Amino acid sequence: MKKVQKAAFYGAVFLLCIIPLFVFLWMFMTGLKTQADNLAIPPKIFFTPTMQNFKSVFDQGHFFKYLGNSAIVALFSVGIALLLGLPASYGIAKYRMRKIGLVLLVARMVPFISYLIPWFIIFRALGLVDTYISLITTHLIITLPFVIWIMVNFFEGVPASLEEAALIDGCSPLQAFVKILIPVVRNGIFTASVLSFIFSWNQFLFSLILSGNRTMTVPVAVFQFISYEEINWGGLAAAATVITVPPLIMTVFVQKYMIKGLTSGAVKG
Amino acid sequence: MRRNEKYWFTLPALTVIGIIVVFPLTYNIYMGLHSWFVAGGASPRWVGLNNYVKIMKDPRFWNSMRVTFLFSIGALVLETLLGTSLALFLNREFRGKNLVKLLFLFPIASTPVAVSLIWGMMYNYDLGIINIAIQALGFEPQLWLASPKMVIPSLIFADAWQWTPLILLIVLANLESLPTDPFESAKVDGAHIFQVIRYITLPMIQPAIVAAAMIRSIDAIKTFDMIYVMTQGGPDIASENLNLYIFQTGFSYFRMGAASSLAIILFTIVLAVNVLLAITRKSGDLS
Repeated sequence: MKKVQKAAFYGAVFLLCIIPLFVFLWMFMTGLKTQADNLAIPPKIFFTPTMQNFKSVFDQGHFFKYLGNSAIVALFSVGIALLLGLPASYGIAKYRMRKIGLVLLVARMVPFISYLIPWFIIFRALGLVDTYISLITTHLIITLPFVIWIMVNFFEGVPASLEEAALIDGCSPLQAFVKILIPVVRNGIFTASVLSFIFSWNQFLFSLILSGNRTMTVPVAVFQFISYEEINWGGLAAAATVITVPPLIMTVFVQKYMIKGLTSGAVKG
Repeated sequence: MRRNEKYWFTLPALTVIGIIVVFPLTYNIYMGLHSWFVAGGASPRWVGLNNYVKIMKDPRFWNSMRVTFLFSIGALVLETLLGTSLALFLNREFRGKNLVKLLFLFPIASTPVAVSLIWGMMYNYDLGIINIAIQALGFEPQLWLASPKMVIPSLIFADAWQWTPLILLIVLANLESLPTDPFESAKVDGAHIFQVIRYITLPMIQPAIVAAAMIRSIDAIKTFDMIYVMTQGGPDIASENLNLYIFQTGFSYFRMGAASSLAIILFTIVLAVNVLLAITRKSGDLS
């Protein structure tokens, strides 16, 4: 009897796992099918896969350039967020400046469109629309508070004695921070970087308005495909697969902290 | 010198946050009191609270409020119920548990534009897998995204696919951290599994559920990507939530003053909902 129960449980878990996977499988399968196979009714489960759609995604439409744009914007906005956010989160953790957490929480509640309107007006006046500067600046709105949220938790977990010992040994506070504390929280830095990279990569609204032909990021590029490739499902699905694979791979490396990272901001404060 | 030391670490970040976050918000409040057609040559014109007066009489605003409300409540209730139930179901030791958790992280991490695109295909009337599947089961095909009646439930369903896992994983993490004693003594007292859940488990995880709901409510009320990619607010304006309406006002009609005042209203709603949820949370901490 126990065995039957166990088998039923595993069966149910298996069915449950199909739900998150199904959409990705469907996306990938559609990308591997020819146009004729994609239009077939009933849909073909067994088909001869073709790489043609993936090939044409990379051949036409500057897709590499868009991938590069997304990577540049994400890397810079994460890098600057670390540069500013690491000392800040250390300061917040050390001096218990919890009220700043509240500011960050409110910043998260503000609709992105509220940031976009003023920034659009300013960048337009300065002639900075369709530059990396405008995209990196706005993506910093996402990455900076996020890095601080995560890193405050990690710095709070470091025993104060560690830093005191460094100070007694003659380190300045800055030296102690760079040489002693940063290496201790490197797991946190990795998690914060990867998670904020994912958020920047996935960002759509800012890039929709502030990017142009030169700086277009991949979510916007894929969205543009939709309007003139309406029925080319294979090509669209291949493009969608290509942009969503990097965040999924990164997730594997930060899975342990991801949920904590996504919640810490809203729960603390 | 020592007293000021703490600001040396936080000041650079706070200055930047001031510039990129606080300034735009202030500018929004200011711009919301002006009328400005940004595509023309004219400069902003002071109109006081006139934008807000006009908004209150604007049927399209009230439509967007209705859509925002229905979508957010529907998504929040569905995702919280489903996520909590599934977390209770998965809360035991079994082989492959970490893999299951990883699989449920994938929808959360995936690019909204990409998954919305695929959901759009699956909802397609002629070729979508959903209509093909329900026809095979003997039901009538539905105009999922093209019918004013079905479009909001369809969007809620796609949203639930992406975000139920967040609630599930938050609640599950909380369940795993609970002390075991109360459950053991309940077992000794001969309590039924449903009694245990109702009187012991749920009260203990209530703060975590509310915290998860807070995070979801912030994002659900502000949903943009999924709706914009799947329907662009259509058919007509049947799925145009407040965020999409602001976007159209600002970036299709270039009425920046009106868009700013609408954005202030949206922010106020998100803030109010979270204050309400924070009050119901009483106490407790997730981490």
